Amino acid sequence: MITPEQVRHIARLCRLGLNDKDVEKFSKQLSDIFGYIEKLNEVDTSSVEPTSQVTGLINVMREDKESRFCTREELLACTEMPVEKEQIKVKPVITY
Amino acid sequence: MLNTLTLAEASEGLASKKFSSLELTKDLLSRIKQHNKQLNIYITVDEELALSMAQKADERLKSGKDVTPLTGVPVGIKDIFNTRALRTTCASPILKNFVPPYDATVVQKLKDAGFVLVGKQNMDEFACGGSTEHSCFGPTRNPWDIKRVAGGSSGGSAAAVSADMSFYALGTDTGGSIRLPASFCGVTGLKVTYGRVSRSGVTAMASSWDTIGPFGKSVKDVATVLQVIAGHDDHDATTPTFKVPDYSKSLGKSVKGLKIGVPKEYFGKGIDSEVESIIKAALKEYEKLGAKLQEISLPYTPYAVAVYYVAMPAELSANLARFDGIRYGSKPKAPVKDLVDHYYQARNEGFGDEIKRRIMMGTYVLSAGYYDAYYLKAQKVRTLILQDFENAFRDVDVIMTPVSPFPAYKIGEKLDDPLAMYLADAFTIPVNCAGVPALNIPCGFTSGKLPVGLQIIGPQFKEDLLLKVGSAYEQITDWHAMKPPLSK
Repeated sequence: MITPEQVRHIARLCRLGLNDKDVEKFSKQLSDIFGYIEKLNEVDTSSVEPTSQVTGLINVMREDKESRFCTREELLACTEMPVEKEQIKVKPVITY
Repeated sequence: MLNTLTLAEASEGLASKKFSSLELTKDLLSRIKQHNKQLNIYITVDEELALSMAQKADERLKSGKDVTPLTGVPVGIKDIFNTRALRTTCASPILKNFVPPYDATVVQKLKDAGFVLVGKQNMDEFACGGSTEHSCFGPTRNPWDIKRVAGGSSGGSAAAVSADMSFYALGTDTGGSIRLPASFCGVTGLKVTYGRVSRSGVTAMASSWDTIGPFGKSVKDVATVLQVIAGHDDHDATTPTFKVPDYSKSLGKSVKGLKIGVPKEYFGKGIDSEVESIIKAALKEYEKLGAKLQEISLPYTPYAVAVYYVAMPAELSANLARFDGIRYGSKPKAPVKDLVDHYYQARNEGFGDEIKRRIMMGTYVLSAGYYDAYYLKAQKVRTLILQDFENAFRDVDVIMTPVSPFPAYKIGEKLDDPLAMYLADAFTIPVNCAGVPALNIPCGFTSGKLPVGLQIIGPQFKEDLLLKVGSAYEQITDWHAMKPPLSK
């Protein structure tokens, strides 16, 4: 069961601004989904190692050499925010 | 009517000067114009770009230098591959106006081979969904029945190949996103081994699962495209340096003595009876070709969907954290107070419901106190599923199953029930858990004239074996050559 209060908490953690109607809807849907996921507890995994990489690669190293995908101008052209002195201008984090 | 040709036929026609790339491209563009409004396959079509690439390809064909089987053949690709100077949206409001400053590695490889890019194909937002209904540009319609979904998430790409609106296409497969739409639309689609094809420049969904692969009108066409895109890339550390075999050598070979595993968990309860009998008929064809069927068990199959819907959202939520409407992507329309408010607004306006749902699932399973119970647990069960396949491949060469328990369903049917939509991937997700490759080939139609797809699964990095097995079936059947009932 994922309560509306939990949904609000999660949404804050991942920076999603939800309205009350969304909170209700997601609370029900997420409860259904996590109810299904409980299934995993049927499996005894006490002596099983976790898998995070399926083809067995470990520590892939490369030379510490930079390579450029594009220019600074091209990257800055991607933003919709104002650009000043080759930097993207955002709202202040702390306001007085 | 050049658009009905296969890639191999188109490429042969260009080489023998029966037609030019410009003629071929104009023909494909007019086909797209004719049907795109109804089917909603392309998000973006760039005629000017396509014609200029075709002109260049014609020069290359004329000179006879560096001509490849892809030179001059026009196609579209899923709108998740970064294409320099051509809008790449991931079917999401947050990227609606995003123009990438560089090409994905695979796009660069296609460009080097002289391909012609006509546009970008519809998909579920950020590749999240099994129906292409979760697109901010509206659903793609199945060319076999426009009231039905094309499958997803690479629905636009599968439908494009099916409707002769692309000679081949590229998609991505994280939990079934190539195989499911390929089966629903009646085309050939390959999910490669994890790491066989570079993902650099392709928007990441779930990084320990994501793969890239081709759609085609035949196994041969899929092999031709794979040859160009497979291999190591310095920009994707998960691509091993294993040699890429000559895939064309796998085609047209006998499958006599091949051992085919038929897992009992994929048949019986929950599977449409027509789909089951069509798959069983396909297995019989393989017996006629001299292959041997053997019942096997993959006991952890029933847990794959649960594993996936813990691990995938966890990785997705981390990958999509970068979308904040600052460096790229849409800035919020509503006025914002401060930086945190900017994030809230940009992400609320910029993501559809399915993305919000998955980001929240992922955030929840990774949040304090839940990591061991969900993420770690899922990774442990993933190990058991991987071992299921390792054990099976000690006894058999390939495994055959249906791709989907049912054919294409009606648009809207599962939209309000996310869990029902997730369960539709029960036969494709185990493959991604194990990182093994799998091929969808068309193997028949239901009485309602909907395509059914056979899934051929092989051991890691055995794409050549899958192509051999698929090509053997194609030589004695013509399901892959069937065309949907669209106006000419």
